Amino acid sequence: MKAAAFAYARATSVVNALELLAAHGDRAKVLSGGQSLMPAMNLRLLSPDILVDIGGLAELRGIAVSGRALVVGALTRHVDLLRSPEIALHAPLLRDAVAHVAHPAIRNRGTIGGSLAHADPASELPACVVALDATIVVRGPAGERRIAATEFFRGIYETALSSDELLVAVEMPVAGHDASFFFQEFARRHGDYAVVGLAARAVVAAGRFSDLRLGFFAVGDRPLLASAAGKLIDAPVTPALLAEATTALADELDPQEDQQASPAMRRHLAGVLLRRCVAALLARPELEAGATR
Amino acid sequence: MTVTRAPAEALSVLDRPNSYIGKTVPRPNLDRLLQGRGQYVSDLELPRMAHVVFLRSPHAHARIVAIDADAARRMSGVIAIVTGRELEAVITPWVGVLSHLKGLKSAPQHAIAVDRVCWQGEAVAAIVATSRAAAEDAMEHVSVGYEELEAVTDMRTALDPATPVIHASLGDNLAFERTLDAGDVDQALSESEVVEADFVFGRHTGVTLEPRAVVADWNAAEARLTIYQGTQAPHMVQNIAALHLGLREAQVRVICKDVGGSFGIKVHIYADEMATYALSKLLRRPVKFVADRVESFNTDIHARDHRCRGRIGVGPDGTITAFEIDDLTGIGPYSMYPRTSAIEANQVVNLVGGPYATANYRARARVVFQNKNVMCQYRAVGHPIACSVTEGLVDLAAAKIGMDPVEIRRRNLIADDAYPCASPSGMKFEQLSHHASLTKLLQMMDYDALRAEQMALRASNIHRGIGIASFIEVTNPSAAFYGVGGARISSQDGVAVRLDAQGSVICQTSITEQGQGSESLTAQIVGSVLGVSMERVRVILGDTDNTPYGGGTWASRGAGIGGEAALQAAKALRENVLKVAAAILQSTPAELDIVNDSIVNAADGAPRIELNELARTVYFRPDTLPPGIQPELMATRHFVPRQYPFAFTNGIQAAWLEVDTETGFVTLLKHWVVEDCGTIINPQLVDEQIRGGVVQGLGAALFEKCIYDERGQLTNANMADYLVPMSAEMPDIEIGHVVSPTQESELGAKGAGEAGTAGAAAAVANAVNDALRPFGAIITEIPLTPQVILTALGRI
Ligand SMILES: Cc1cc2nc3c(=O)[nH]c(=O)nc-3n(C[C@H](O)[C@H](O)[C@H](O)COP(=O)(O)OP(=O)(O)OC[C@H]3O[C@@H](n4cnc5c(N)ncnc54)[C@H](O)[C@@H]3O)c2cc1C
Repeated sequence: MKAAAFAYARATSVVNALELLAAHGDRAKVLSGGQSLMPAMNLRLLSPDILVDIGGLAELRGIAVSGRALVVGALTRHVDLLRSPEIALHAPLLRDAVAHVAHPAIRNRGTIGGSLAHADPASELPACVVALDATIVVRGPAGERRIAATEFFRGIYETALSSDELLVAVEMPVAGHDASFFFQEFARRHGDYAVVGLAARAVVAAGRFSDLRLGFFAVGDRPLLASAAGKLIDAPVTPALLAEATTALADELDPQEDQQASPAMRRHLAGVLLRRCVAALLARPELEAGATR
Repeated sequence: MTVTRAPAEALSVLDRPNSYIGKTVPRPNLDRLLQGRGQYVSDLELPRMAHVVFLRSPHAHARIVAIDADAARRMSGVIAIVTGRELEAVITPWVGVLSHLKGLKSAPQHAIAVDRVCWQGEAVAAIVATSRAAAEDAMEHVSVGYEELEAVTDMRTALDPATPVIHASLGDNLAFERTLDAGDVDQALSESEVVEADFVFGRHTGVTLEPRAVVADWNAAEARLTIYQGTQAPHMVQNIAALHLGLREAQVRVICKDVGGSFGIKVHIYADEMATYALSKLLRRPVKFVADRVESFNTDIHARDHRCRGRIGVGPDGTITAFEIDDLTGIGPYSMYPRTSAIEANQVVNLVGGPYATANYRARARVVFQNKNVMCQYRAVGHPIACSVTEGLVDLAAAKIGMDPVEIRRRNLIADDAYPCASPSGMKFEQLSHHASLTKLLQMMDYDALRAEQMALRASNIHRGIGIASFIEVTNPSAAFYGVGGARISSQDGVAVRLDAQGSVICQTSITEQGQGSESLTAQIVGSVLGVSMERVRVILGDTDNTPYGGGTWASRGAGIGGEAALQAAKALRENVLKVAAAILQSTPAELDIVNDSIVNAADGAPRIELNELARTVYFRPDTLPPGIQPELMATRHFVPRQYPFAFTNGIQAAWLEVDTETGFVTLLKHWVVEDCGTIINPQLVDEQIRGGVVQGLGAALFEKCIYDERGQLTNANMADYLVPMSAEMPDIEIGHVVSPTQESELGAKGAGEAGTAGAAAAVANAVNDALRPFGAIITEIPLTPQVILTALGRI
């Protein structure tokens, strides 16, 4: 389990990183926190000729609020999300989610940019940025591109990024005072990738949802913004309506079979999460009981 | 602590002032390990040392058509590329059978496959290079042509006539079969309520923190091979290496210092380790092999892949009238060497029903070959299977007649005053304490309160369960385990103790240390018996040149056998010291004692002469001693149990957990163990052995499984997909003791290393079924994954 030999370049600026990427094309790999890339290289699943280390680029760090937008630099580490007062205030969903990402040693190095670029469908942060209606900011040889999170994830480990581009930041609307959030996942062990998970943002007024974005993860080849949420918006939520939404959700999911769960189990668990989410957000525990026989 | 036997009339050698026995004292090796000064083989570097990696078969069963290593040979750093054919000239193949396991058969196994590979992961070629990375680079350029053969993967069909036979010379895929029929099972069952179930156990493995590691160093000038290896049995490795390399044992030295975990994984002889010894001899230089994590999953022995049909008969009053089992296990393509892969199934037959006073017992166990990684002995060999089947059946019987699980056990566990006695399978019990243990357990867990809590929570749709599992454990094995079957695996151990010139003690023991505290317990015993402080006792182990001959540390034998040898050696040295002291002090040995590193008056404890002064006189001024005195400040003693084949221990465990019946996830809330390992030398070490063992049992219950596909591919050979138990999921584990010392030794210690693993999974499975009782679901399969539970609940 030793990586094949590779060259290493520590980028001095974003421009320099882009030059290196342009020069080496898809034989190069960006190195951020290394928590997904290095294991893959040690297993020789990936053997890039050169690593472009962006770890020293101050331009990619930091969490800032500009107007109604929260801007999170690509090099923001998981541990920073966990501890940042700005995140706690403006995007508490990220803080709640990141507590479920791996373990402290990995959170000390892993970055949000790496997690989004890696695009593991069982990953927490991609689903969060989808639920938060975020924009992924990308720089390439032709300048900056802004990609809606819902358009960014294209498949297992596949994104809208091309090999000569760098993910530089994530922007999302700051949480309004009326917004509420829900995060829960089912994982076999603390810190494992989820079997099924849900990151949600809602606006609840007078006991109804006026907005509800449900970002499911580990239910398909990419994070899914569930359309079933539409059934619950601007309507009195009854057990019957919730059951209808659960059925609609099961229909729109296309989960994979793996060692943790069959597709049927993933559909079932996604339904459980939906009910738990709605019950929690509407503060109506009785809605949770759905499937108990 | 509950003590079942009254203390002996006279004070024993252990009941001495400043005794370390029964005390939690820090292990002498802690600072060394914590400061990074451990001597692990994976860290070892020797001059001119080469590294070997093994190109391993991607197929479960295939003929090797051609191996082309020309391109790889030319790569930089490559020293040699060696195939099985070439290595055959250096090391002979072996067959893993033992004569006392009647009918056990296996085929010759080579250090590196010759012509044919029989499991995915079997080594096909060795690439030796100046570094592991260079060897891995070269490995990518070795091309092997395979002709795939049909793989035998399902143990249930391994014996069907339509299934290919893996080793034609053996005639079929049956490695071993044992049957047993005691009492009258048919009669008993015909007069009872009968419950039956199929118990299914996942194949799993030990996952040691430090993988298997060997450095073999052939010194042509001395015609001697030094093997540095993380092993549990250095003398066994010496014997086997010599045998197959055509050397005398004196030509092989095995050194085993610190070992990063073993759990039985490192008590076997692996083909790649044999290949490493042979490569060193062939290449005349040190060669290092350290398994990487993927190799560990593919080649470290697996265990527990059993399917066992069980039946139990129960009378209306709760009397258990009979047990019957039919066990089937698949062990991979070869029986492991030299301990064989029939032991686990054999243990299952020996142990089912063991805690109970039920005379009628029928069993069959069949062991079949498959094209999967080899299976063999891992912590608590066979016990978790036997315990899960027995205790699962007992709970099913209780449910059938509407009796509380505690009550049915109370009515059937062998009475504490019934000993000595034997089980229907012929196991001899010297003194067990099932009822005392049960009583203590109920008190620790406050059983009635828990039951009330369980009932109350059910009303709010919270489903918790209580599971109980009694068990017996094989410890301190005599020659009955391996020796009688022809294996050169010693069941005796030896300890040499000597006083140095400043009155400190050097102690050489044949037991080994893999983290369980062998060093500590040896120093505690020697210090106590001799009357010297532990800081003055240095323990040397793990070197066949520098320790007495002995078995090592496995099968819960280190404290019970090696500890007794230490006690006897220290006693002998004490006598020798007192003789010299008496001569110097013009007294008699009986009037003197050793306390706190000094000779004192036995009567009033008044100090007479310090040990360092005595040693100075003996070593440097013998001229001042009276004539005729020849001091012997070194003593050696050996010990082996002879009266009982095994020192059985017993205990009981309980699990308290919650099942989320919508998601199938289990949360472990609390676990209790009451265990009786006889004399406790170091309570903390014993408790942590039990906790660690429980955690491995909980891993089996909920998480661990080697997942093979139907083509014999291991699909989760990494730490992301093979789920080991981790701290966040583990409950608090509370431990209590009952103490029934064995009378076979003066020390009275039995083993404690495997007790936790023996019963944990059974307790959890019973608790899950207890939680699911309102739903009418019964699960007799582990690991109890959410998928299994949701399926049983009919949710998916
Ligand atoms: C034991 C373990 C458990 C884990 N558990 C979880 C978990 O539960 N949930 C979870 O979400 N993750 C988990 N992870 C992964 C972890 O979160 C990683 O940190 C994350 O997936 C990748 O971030 P990184 O900064 O380490 O990226 P790297 O490993 O450095 O890179 C990952 C990929 O993204 C590319 N990349 C990185 N940054 C950029 C960029 N700015 N622009 C373009 N491409 C880029 C790299 O080229 C590479 O292909 C786990 C990891 C480990 C080792």
